[in-house]
Parts: sequence; structure tokens; C-alpha cells
Amino acid sequence: MAAHTVKRYTGLMDWLTTVDHKKIAILYLSSGLLFFVFGGIEALLIRIQLMFPMFNLLDGQTYNEVLTMHGTTMIFLVAMPLVFSMMNAAVPLQIGARDVAFPFLNALGFWTFFFGGILLNLSWFFGGAPDAGWTMYAPLALREFSGTGNDYYLIGLQIAGIGSLLSGINFLATIINMRAPGMTFMRMPLFTWTTLITSMIILFALTPLAVGLIEMTFDRLFGANFYNPAGGGSPVLWEHIFWIFGHPEVYILVLPAFGIISEVVSTFSKKRLFGYGSMVFATSLIGLLSFMVWVHHMFTVGMGPIANALFGIATSLIAIPTGIKIFNWLFTMWGGQLTFNTASLYAFSFIPSFVMGGVTGVMLALPSADYQYHDTYFVVAHFHYVIVGGVVLGLFAGIYYWWPKMFGRMLNETLGQISFWFWTIGFHLTFLIQHFLGLWGMPRRVFTYLEGQGWDTPNFVSTIGAFFMAVSVILFVINILITWAKKPNAPADPWDGRTLEWSIPSPPPEYNFKQIPLIRGLDAFWKEKMAGNKEMTPAEPLGPIHMPSPSILPFIMSVGLFISGIGFIMSKYEFENSFLISIFHSYAIAILGLVITFGCMVIRSLKDDHGYHIEPEELEEKGVKA
Amino acid sequence: MAFLLNYKGIGVDEKVNRWKHGKRIMMGLAMLALALSGCSLKNQGEANPLNPKGSVAEEQYWLILLSIGVMVFVMAVVFILFFYAVVRFRKRPGQTGIPKQVEGNHKLEIIWTVIPIILLTILAVPTVAYTFKHAEDYSSAPPEEVLKIKVTGHQFWWEFEYPDYDIVTAQDLWIPVGKTVFVELHGADVIHSFWIPGLAGKTDTTPGVTSKMYFDAKEPGTYLGKCAELCGAGHALMDFKVIAVPEEEFNAWVASMTNPPATATEPAAVTGEEVFKAKGCINCHAITPNGASLGPNLNNFGNRLTVGGYAENTSDWVAKWLINPQKVKNGATMPAIPLTDEEVQALVDYLASLKNYE
Amino acid sequence: MSAHSHLDHLPAEPEKATLEGRNKILGFWLFLGAECALFGTLFASYIALRGNNMGGPTANELFDLAIVAVATFILLTSSLFSVLAVHSMHQHNLSKVRFWLAVTVLFGLAFLALEIYEFVHYVHEGHTFTSSAFASSFYSLVGFHGAHVLFGVCWIALLVAQLGRKGLTVVTAPKIYVAALYWHFIDVVWVFIFTVVYLMGKVG
Repeated sequence: MAAHTVKRYTGLMDWLTTVDHKKIAILYLSSGLLFFVFGGIEALLIRIQLMFPMFNLLDGQTYNEVLTMHGTTMIFLVAMPLVFSMMNAAVPLQIGARDVAFPFLNALGFWTFFFGGILLNLSWFFGGAPDAGWTMYAPLALREFSGTGNDYYLIGLQIAGIGSLLSGINFLATIINMRAPGMTFMRMPLFTWTTLITSMIILFALTPLAVGLIEMTFDRLFGANFYNPAGGGSPVLWEHIFWIFGHPEVYILVLPAFGIISEVVSTFSKKRLFGYGSMVFATSLIGLLSFMVWVHHMFTVGMGPIANALFGIATSLIAIPTGIKIFNWLFTMWGGQLTFNTASLYAFSFIPSFVMGGVTGVMLALPSADYQYHDTYFVVAHFHYVIVGGVVLGLFAGIYYWWPKMFGRMLNETLGQISFWFWTIGFHLTFLIQHFLGLWGMPRRVFTYLEGQGWDTPNFVSTIGAFFMAVSVILFVINILITWAKKPNAPADPWDGRTLEWSIPSPPPEYNFKQIPLIRGLDAFWKEKMAGNKEMTPAEPLGPIHMPSPSILPFIMSVGLFISGIGFIMSKYEFENSFLISIFHSYAIAILGLVITFGCMVIRSLKDDHGYHIEPEELEEKGVKA
Repeated sequence: MAFLLNYKGIGVDEKVNRWKHGKRIMMGLAMLALALSGCSLKNQGEANPLNPKGSVAEEQYWLILLSIGVMVFVMAVVFILFFYAVVRFRKRPGQTGIPKQVEGNHKLEIIWTVIPIILLTILAVPTVAYTFKHAEDYSSAPPEEVLKIKVTGHQFWWEFEYPDYDIVTAQDLWIPVGKTVFVELHGADVIHSFWIPGLAGKTDTTPGVTSKMYFDAKEPGTYLGKCAELCGAGHALMDFKVIAVPEEEFNAWVASMTNPPATATEPAAVTGEEVFKAKGCINCHAITPNGASLGPNLNNFGNRLTVGGYAENTSDWVAKWLINPQKVKNGATMPAIPLTDEEVQALVDYLASLKNYE
Repeated sequence: MSAHSHLDHLPAEPEKATLEGRNKILGFWLFLGAECALFGTLFASYIALRGNNMGGPTANELFDLAIVAVATFILLTSSLFSVLAVHSMHQHNLSKVRFWLAVTVLFGLAFLALEIYEFVHYVHEGHTFTSSAFASSFYSLVGFHGAHVLFGVCWIALLVAQLGRKGLTVVTAPKIYVAALYWHFIDVVWVFIFTVVYLMGKVG
């Protein structure tokens, strides 16, 4: 059958319609970094406000909005998208696939996240941001005790959450169904394994969040009584539902980081990963246990000693597979040939930093002691150590490591290393002292503190660290900009890599592999190199390659959801213009948005996308235009 | 621009290796700075989790120390292995070849699985024991043995009721030294958390839920209490005070609270009382010994340590509060009622006169 | 090209004949896993809150098992019809596929009509969405299920329509299979609702 004419877009339309996992990775990366700047500014505001006792840069209400947005942004709009960016950039390449199982849904996942994030930040301009913490506990989060800000949280995250769920399904199906011939599960790179387990966690954790959000939306917008005690509702029910999502969520963030560390440590130690089998086992066990510990966020609710003791023990158990991983990484380095560059500096330094965060996690897991630590700066220190000293270090390692593959350019090493040191020093300076602040009685989420309690200097020191991190980010942005100006001539394999992504050009052609490779073992590319081959052995003859068509529908569907979200949020807003009042209060806008989205779904169902083919003659030329 | 390296793949380590010394020095300095910043581990001053003054806090402190000990051991093992590896196995300039590819080591894997299990068991046993102990329910204990208090968290103040003595008060929690205090916790509006860092861990006050905890103070003193669950704009300033006194003094306090002196006699205070009633303050603030009200019971306000929960109880601060409560505490639910200067002064005098003892 | 010769070339299990088809089926099973967690959470909320009727009518007073039994029968039978549709697909019989899918849709609509009637009746009894935590959680759980039925009805109707145009191919076969899978899922959820909400509501 002759290939039908290919609809190819260029420029902005190319990015709006792309279903290519490599481009989607770049979209996730840029948006994630953009929101990282917002979240970072929010962090600086927090730290400046806390620099001096009884300081009044921000009053209590504004501070609560800033802290809520800081947490919500960093977790949902920065960490998760950057994780998805890395997954999109690397996993299909690592398993020898040409794209993910559902390219259209992949794009939809990105655009729903993007518009959810925009909706969330619109709150700043319309009456104030959400203000009950990223945990949104009821009744504080309900209409009676707050303004309209929390509606943006509920609906913005609902929309963004759809995207996360879709990505989870996508990567599960991709990894299960689309591995290259010879790649059994036990020959997959560790990053692919962690993506698999993470996707399973996403599958079961995101829908409880969706239910919690919708129930609170019903309470706030339609007068329901899920969490409102006056109507028979239960604030503790919200806590359960939120944390049944919230705890697995942090493993969604950290497991991919673990995967990146496995790749980078292994590559730059020039050794295979020590204890691959137990790494797979440990990752799976962590994924499973992550659903069994959520009550450790609720030890002080007063649910009784049996519940507290059981969950305390369950939580402590996660330390065991995590410890297994730490030692496996150490022994990967042991006896190796360690190369230090920006990527490996982040990856190696992850090990002690994450352990510091992990041990305070075990301390927090013990119920009676936790009654002192809970809701203090000790907790803030713990989770920043595991998120910044864990997830973020892992993400930076991955970004520097895979940057040449994604962009065809090498990030500047000197700037990268200076940036690394500013980050490391700043991070420890900010958060180490916070453990003590918590132990000295400073609660969290406080916009100020009285002087004379011995908290003044530690807070001041902590703020200095924040500025170091800001410098690091600025240097990183400069690095990106000067790298962008360079010619894309990075080698296919700048790091003497071990896995499949390094066997194809940087950046790869749109079809990734001219011929799907044959996999002969773990670290498939390294195996070929050790056998004296420069390339992978193909598993199929050269032939026409079927590619999915680009589509504007994911973008439009997300816009529809966005419009609908605004329609619901503003359904009680007192506009000055009576026309606006009529179209919003009647839910016409809300319904219009849903009609747009469902309409696109109908179109998608009716118009079957057969994709297009790239012919072998085009493949023979080096580098088909992506 | 020449200074900015263009990394070209393996082999550029010559330039990069200059960092290895710098890295070690930096690490050392960073560690030193951090260690110094942690100086004065107990932070002399307020009683706090590391400086406990109550039985429960002491037991929790013991658990904290035990877990720190175990965790320091774990960190030491990891750090020693890590720093050794980083120094010993770094790629030397000109080094070629591929290191031995090691698949794993069963013995090692078993060791680092079993040892953490043992360490966790060491932590788990006292933890479970204390978890059950600290959940002890003293609701049916006699008043001679246990002092029972009903605590209600409001935005942004604390209400304390002594059911055995028919006292309702706010903000200052008087207790006898050495006696177990059993607290029943309620939330009036949103979730708060009742926390006296120097005496015990915290328990949430959740609307619709009654939670319980006990604590005691082993030494006389004034202990800071904090709200430990985000509850709105005024969360940071929702402090209270625990005043622990010897038993006789406590009994005297109880007596004074239940038999307060007659109403105001000083002329200034009499006028203040009239203003208090005329301006509607009495609608939200009970001044009887056992009156519950929307706002804090002001029966012994003249004896209280703070106004607004955190500011010193001086005429200056009381005036500031009366004129504009939200300015003193962002989010305060008390409305700013228009008052003339004379009315403010009269109220200040009246409130100061609300003393049950000198 | 006659319809027959086209269908003769169709493999035995056309929905699994292509990678896209297998991906869609696997992806949909995964989605159903997430939906299990979704309904699980709605059930948990309902179970936690069903005792808090704030003085309004209780479950025992409200529910009429007769109507619920009829609705259950209708939904379970419609699921049987969707099985017959997939069976017809494996027999490569396009008109039978469309027939059984259409009957499925009709029965789905009948179920929805009964449910709407039931809800209207409850509202008259004072059991409204905002009247209590019990009511909010009841309407959300049962209502979300109903919304899923409505979505399924629209989806299968659209499928019946497009099958007329596109015929039975390796591209349309996975759509039929996945739609039937979805329909079975909401059927299973209904069995749980019937048990946990209605039956236990009457005896609990």
C-alpha cells in the first residue's frame, strides 16, 4: 500500500500537534523547569519572610497562599512533569521501541498537565491562591473558612491528574508489550524497571486523589457534606483519601530518581549494576509497601495505638528495600573507575544525601516520637532532604546525562559543576538546620515566630542557603541558553553508555531505530561493545516504518477542560458585567468546555488515525528531518 | 569563552580532576559549618523535645535518642563506604581498561538485609511499648489522681475547661506539678493541634472527633504551647501557656477561679465594665467562672500572661488589640469595634482589674 | 470488494491481530484497574458516611428492593448481550454485532430511566444531595456509576453507528472488544453497589 501524503507541521504547530515521545519529553522538561522557577520564587519568599522574627514581608494569609502554592507547584507541576520528561526521553529508547503504546494519549497527558498548571496559577489573579497547604485539610479548605483559591487547587489538579493517570497507563502498556526481541523483563535497564513500578503506583494512587478532589469540589461548589462535620461529614475521611494518594505519590517521585541513579552510577563507574536482581525485587517491594503506610501522616489524629503501631512498623519496613538499593549502588561504585562530571556528581552525591533524608524518615515512622516531630520543621527537613536531596538530585543527574540525547548538544561542564556545588552547599545549609528547629519546638507552616526562642539565627542561616540554590538555578538556566546556541553535534554515545539509547544518533531520528535491535543480554549495548561490535544487531530487515500522525485534538481537549474548569470555579463569582454573570452562573461556560472535550473524543473515535509510513529510501539518508 | 569547556566525552578528566581536591575540602568545610550550626543541641531556653520537662516528653526523648543513635550508625556505615569509594576508585589520569564487572554477592546482600531488620526490631519494640503506654485512657480515673481537662481549639485561641471544678478559661492552662493531666481534645471550627513541646507530643483537635492524651510537668515553670496544624492566617500566633505550680498553689488557683472577687470597684474599671457591656463585648466573652462563649472567657484576664495568645499582657498591647485585632493577629475573628480613646482606656483598666489573685 | 470476502480474510480473534489492538486491550485493562481504585474510594467514602443521615431518611426507609432488583436484572442482561456481540464478532458477523450492541444500549437506557425515577423519588422524600453526608456519598457513588452507564451508552451507540460505515476490520474489532469490557466492568461495579448500598442498607 502506498504511503498517503504525510501531514507535517513546522514551528509552533509542530509542537502543538506532536505525538512524538521525544518532543513530548522536551515539552514536559520546559514546562517543568518554568514551574520550577515559580516554585523557587515562592520558596525564596517563604525563606525571606522567615529570615527575621516577627518580620512582615508577608502577612499570615498571604504566607499561607505562598506556602500552599510552593508545595503544590513543586510536587505536581515540577517534580512529576520532570519525571515524565525523563521517562518519555529514555524509556522507549531503552527498550528498543519506536514510540510509546499510545502516542495520542501521551500528548493529551502533557497538555492536561500544562493547562491544569495554568489554571492553578490563575488563582493569584482572581481573588488569591489556595491557602490550606498542599494537603488541603478540611474543614479549613472548605468554603466556610477560605476564599475561592482552593477551587483552583481542586479543579486544576483534577485536570492535571488526568494526564498523570494516562502516562501511567501508557508506560505500563509500552513496557509490557513493546520491548525489542530478546529483551526479557530481567534484561531491561533499571530506569525502565522503575518506570514500570512507578506506573503501577500511578495507576492505583491517582484515582483516589481524583475522588477526594471531586468530593471536596462537591462540598465547596454544590453544598455536599463529605468533609463538613456540620452535615455529618468527616475531616478524617479526607485525610485518609488524600494520604492514600499522597504517600504513594512520593514514591512516584523517588522511584524514577532511583532508576536514574542506577543508570548514571553504573555508567560512570564503568561497571554493571551490582545486584540487579535484588534491585528489581527491592523496587517492586517498595512499590507494594508504598500503599500500606499512609497512616503515618495521621499518627496525631488519635486513631488509637493499634493503628499507629501497625502503620509505624509497616513504614519502617520500607527502609529495608531502600537500604538494599543504597548498598547495591555503593558496591556498583566499588572497584570501578569513577568519572566525575556534572551528571555523575549529582548521582554520586545522591547516595549520602538521600540516606540522610531516609534515616529521618525512619525516625518519623515511630509513633510516639512522631508526636513530637509531626507538623514541625523536622518533617520539613526530612521531606526536603528526600525530595531535594533525592528526587531533584536524581532529576538533575538525568537531565545532564540525557541532555545530549534529547538535544544533540552537551551542556557546559564547568558551569554545570559550579552549579552543582552551589546547589549542594545551599541545600544542606538550608535544610540541615531545620531538623534542629523542629526539635526545638518550631511548628511548620508558620508565617513568623517570636524572638528569644533561639530560632533567629538558624532561620537566618537557612535563608542564606536558599540564595545559594537560587544562584545554582540561574547558572543552570544560563547553561541551557548558551548550549542552545551551539550546533547540535553531540556524539551518539558521549558517555560510553551501556543501554540502547546510546546506540542511536543524538538526537535520534523521529523513528528512533532504523531497524529494531536484537537484545542479547542485560546492558544490551555494552554487551555488543564487549563483543567488538560498534552497533546493535538488527532484529528485522530494513522496511517501511509506520509512524503515528500528529494531532491538534489533545491540545483542544485540554483547552476544553480548562474552559470547563474556569466555568465551574467562576460559577459563583460576582462579575460586574451581567452578561458574564449569566453565562457563568448558568454553568453555560462549564458545559461548553465539556462539550468541546467530549466532541473531540467523538471526532477521535470516528476518524481513525492510520498514521503514515517512512520509506526505506528516506531512511538511507542520514538523519530524516524530525 | 575558551575557559568554558566543551565536554567531548571520555578523556577530559584532567581538567575535571582538579575538582577532586576541591571537593574534599568543600565537603569538610560544609560538614564543619553544619556541625557548628547544630551547636548547643538543647537550645537552652524553652523546654522542648530535646530538653523535656515532663514524663511523656522524657520518654519520647529517650526514643528520639535511641533512633538517632541507630541512624547515626547507619549513616556512618554508608558515609564511610561512600567517601572511601569516591576517593579510592576515582579514575586516574591515563587509566584505561574495563574494571571487573561484578554481578552481585549473595553474602553481602544477605548481610545488608538482615542487619537493617535487626536494627528496626531494636527500634520497634520500645516504640510499640510507648505507643500503647501513651495511649492510656484516664477518663475514669478519680480527680485526686488525675486532673481532667477539656481542650477546645478555636481559630485562633485555646479554650480550657476543668469539668471537675466547673471552671472555663482560656489561653493560660494551670496545672499542678507532678500530677497526670488527662486531656480530651475537641475542635470547634477547623483542625488544630495541641502541642506543649517541652512536656509531650501533640494531638490534633479535629471537629467531630474527640481525641485524648495525657501529660505531666515534672518541674514548676511556664511552658510554651503551640498550635501545630495549619488552621488559617493566625496559625503561627496561636500560642498558649502551661503554668505548672506546686499542688497547693494549684488548689489556691482553683479556689480563686471559682470564687472570684466581687465585680470591679475602681472607678476606671467600673466605667470599663459599662463599656464592656454596652459595646457588646459581653456577647462573645463570658466573664463568669464557668461561662463558655464564642470568644475566650475573660474571667481572669488580668492575671493572664498574654493578650492575643502571644503578646505581653500590658496596657499597650491590650489597647492595640482592642483597636485593631487583625493587626495584632492576622485573621483574628474578633471584629474591630469602633472605640473612642476613652473607651479604649476604660476597657484596658477594666480588663486589667479582672484579677482573681494579686 | 464484497463484504464477505473482506470478512473472510479476517483472523479468528481480529481484536488481537495487530499491535495497536493488543495495546488497546492491555491499556484498557490497566484503565479498569485504576477505575477499581476510583470506585473503591467512592465505596469507602459511602461506607464511612452512610450512618450520618442528619435526621433525614435512612437507607432502610428509602430503598425499594423491587425496583433495584429489576434494574439489576436489566443491567446484568445487557452485559450478556454484549458478550453475544463479541461472540458475533468472532464469528465475523457484522450485522449481528450491531444488533446485540444496539440491544445492549437499549437495556442500558432502560436501566438509566429506572435510576432517574428512583432518584427523583428520593428527592421527594427529602433525601437530596446536600441534605447529609449519607446523601452526598450515596448520590456520588450511585451517580458516578450511572454516569459511567450513560457514557457507555453513548459510546456503544456511536460504535454501532460507525460500524455501519467502516465494517468489521482489525481496526474496529478492538473497539468492540474494549467497549464490551467496559460494559462488563460497570456491571461488576453495580453488583457491588447492589450489595453494599442496597442490600446492606436494608439489613444493616
